[in-house]
Amino acid sequence: MIHFDNVTFRYSNEAEPVLQNLNQEIPAGELALLLGATGSGKTTFLRAINGLVPHFTGGHLAGVVSVYGRSTQDHQPRELADLVGFVPQDPVSGFVTDLVEDELAYSMECLGVAPSVMRRRVEEILDLMGLTQLRTRPLHTLSGGQQQRVAIGSVLTAQPLVLVLDEPTSALDPGAAEDVLASLHRLVHDLGITVVLAEHRLERVMQYCDSILLLEDGEIRSGSPSELMQTSPIAPPVIHLGRLAGWDPLPISIRDARRAAPPLRALLADHSPVVHAVSTQTQQIASLRKLHFAYGNQSVLRGVDLDLDAGEITALMGRNGAGKSTLLRVLVGLKEPSKGSVRINGVDPRALPTGDVLRHVGFVPQEPHDLFEALSVGTECKASDVDARCAPGTTRALLALMAPEVADNTHPRDLSEGQQMLLALCIIVAAKPPLLLLDEPTRGLDYPTKKKLGEVLVGLAQSGHSILLATHDVELVAELATRVVIMGDGEIVANGPTPAVITDSPMFAPQVSKILAPERWITVEQIAHALEQELA
Amino acid sequence: MIARWLHPCAWWLWSLSLAAGASQTTNPLLLALLICSAVIVVASRKPQAPWGKSFNFFLLLGAMIITIRVLFQLIFGAGMGTTILIELPGISLPDWMNGLRIGGSVTLEALLGAFYDGLRIATIAIVVGAANSLASPTRLLKAIPTAFYELGVSIVVALTFIPQLTADAERIRGMRRLRGKNTKGVRGFASLGLPVLAGALDRSIILAESMDSRGYGRHRAETTVGRRISIGLVLTSLSLAIIGTYALLTASVSAMTAFLILGTGVLLGGVTLWRAGLTRVRTVYRPDTWALPEYLVSAAGVCVLGIFLIAHSQVSQALVLTPELNNWPVLPLWGLIAFTVACTPALSSPRPPDLNSDVDAELRVEVRT
Repeated sequence: MIHFDNVTFRYSNEAEPVLQNLNQEIPAGELALLLGATGSGKTTFLRAINGLVPHFTGGHLAGVVSVYGRSTQDHQPRELADLVGFVPQDPVSGFVTDLVEDELAYSMECLGVAPSVMRRRVEEILDLMGLTQLRTRPLHTLSGGQQQRVAIGSVLTAQPLVLVLDEPTSALDPGAAEDVLASLHRLVHDLGITVVLAEHRLERVMQYCDSILLLEDGEIRSGSPSELMQTSPIAPPVIHLGRLAGWDPLPISIRDARRAAPPLRALLADHSPVVHAVSTQTQQIASLRKLHFAYGNQSVLRGVDLDLDAGEITALMGRNGAGKSTLLRVLVGLKEPSKGSVRINGVDPRALPTGDVLRHVGFVPQEPHDLFEALSVGTECKASDVDARCAPGTTRALLALMAPEVADNTHPRDLSEGQQMLLALCIIVAAKPPLLLLDEPTRGLDYPTKKKLGEVLVGLAQSGHSILLATHDVELVAELATRVVIMGDGEIVANGPTPAVITDSPMFAPQVSKILAPERWITVEQIAHALEQELA
Repeated sequence: MIARWLHPCAWWLWSLSLAAGASQTTNPLLLALLICSAVIVVASRKPQAPWGKSFNFFLLLGAMIITIRVLFQLIFGAGMGTTILIELPGISLPDWMNGLRIGGSVTLEALLGAFYDGLRIATIAIVVGAANSLASPTRLLKAIPTAFYELGVSIVVALTFIPQLTADAERIRGMRRLRGKNTKGVRGFASLGLPVLAGALDRSIILAESMDSRGYGRHRAETTVGRRISIGLVLTSLSLAIIGTYALLTASVSAMTAFLILGTGVLLGGVTLWRAGLTRVRTVYRPDTWALPEYLVSAAGVCVLGIFLIAHSQVSQALVLTPELNNWPVLPLWGLIAFTVACTPALSSPRPPDLNSDVDAELRVEVRT
């Protein structure tokens, strides 16, 4: 039972409060999903539950936040540790020990749980979270999904009544995300734990939640999913489709939507989806031939053949560890293939002098701030002009186009994740590299920012760039990509036009396609277009 | 023997004993044997964990110590011996800087002496490095007294940050290069400092938050009386220790009395620590056991030290070697015995658990990228 009683919170260096006069109650045993655009105060709300706000962040908190009667006013986060389990966004940075078992026991050690009880609870949590096989493993050798499950398990051992998670699936591939969400679902059902989670990828979590808290401009609206989703500006494709088709009650899960779908199917029967116009000028930008890459005796890429054409947006998919990142790094010349050839416009990127690489191939890393070097956006843009050898002001003009709200004197690290991604993209695009590589560009981005990024990428592709993005975001792929390449175990297992590849795959199919399979509809936009024609 | 972690204290006892033994001699043969035993034990019992990889670094450090020591001797060292190898251009220094020299004649004896001395320091470093790679730092943390727990945590966290920092620097350097930046040279290196530091700071804040939300630093409330007793104990034990040390050094009272005062101070200090531990609520999950292998490993170390100390007290010719051309180092029988004993942990200790038995290769690789 979590109570927010007239809560207003303001960070000490900001004039406007992030949360304003919030009154909210989250009943016991509920799985509540917290929604809101970037900067709407989601993270602040979550951290106020266990007292990290304001004990850790500073700032001024008025009103009372209490969890099962314990107020955060007179309890430090450590004094709520037995009541509230908090899982931060990046589980790896939050790990204190180095082995799975020790990490699971850490909270209990701090709380002074008797050794015999600890031993038993660790065994229980290993089973509950499906970690038995991994108990002796060092944490850094686990995959993203396994790490996330350890992070959840490690707070569960303290037997908290409330579990708070900040974007638990943002870094995970669709399969691993399913695993994590399924375990959360089980916790709520079997143990009656109250779960509060924030997540940008609604399409993954919507079906599991009991209630939704929508944060807008420091205020909160709450209700059941089907009720709140009627009007919510933030919604997954299944909701958009339901609203478009006028389904009532609004289906939240794929299963419900599929049951409501027959009339829509009938309506769409004589239409075929509009697919992205692949540019007619098939000018090859990059080609990989029989590419092998290995660390020592472990091969990561095994005989990859791939061609990338101008005007194409190619999505590179596959589970964590399938070799996607390595492939991007080989393409950009950061890593040397052990066999095979990489040619970008006929040139090997590794043969280019340092200053010239950017004019052939640009790489936007997963952590965009790795690219930044200046202390303000203004100087960053100037430095970028020099690096890209383009006219002064080019980068700034690009940024003004993509993110007009960003001010010159902001520190690049203070930008939101979406803005950082756009700034990094501007720095790279300023040099006009024919081949553009992006590693997980939508991690942590909300829907509006994602849409923005999508528009920018489509624009770049139309102006003749070839874009390759490694991503786990199936909805993004459905909307943007002209071609999908799926990797598994260092090999390319599927390579073809987007609709053909993703509608075939249970793991990588977007929601629309899951609802309307076997027809090859993949986005709500396509359906809206078809319905307009139907009406006309 | 079932694979398990040996108690970290056993490894440290073994290693520190070897180090203490090494400090007793300049005989290069004995020192080389000690290094060999460290290499043999590490090679057979090194875990496949991050800390297991640090031994090569310590070997390198040893080589560096010897090189630097010899170089210094070459340039600055005081001349001794008569076998002149080369004549370097020298500067004659004023009389009051007697004993110091820059350049001048380099003698074989002086170089040999420097080499022996460097080898001794290198041996100590390598032997300590062996324990560092054999014993998990976090498991060592479990064994330290509760009162020091917080201090220990900060040290361990700092240690785990170093590999992360190098990984960050490498990644950012790669990105910079793609941007067309020059990442070579001092300037290129310096430009990495700020982003790497910013990343480390971000990470440490997340870690601190995570630790706090998981109950780190919780302790029982102490009563006012209890707190006053604690403060009194700390002050008394410190004062007694200082007075005792002073008395011992100045010999103003009998050594017996001085020892008594010092001893009482230390004892009270122990009580203070024990009391401080009481206010902590912390418990330990699966503490390491101290069984036969632990006794064997630490006994091996203690025996080696014992042999060296006995040799030292007998003023063994083999221990201290005068660096002269015709004075070849000898290897006494007891040296070989010590070497054999020092190597026994390679057999008497259990194998460390295989951490990566079921990691698929691809994932391990992804972690490294």
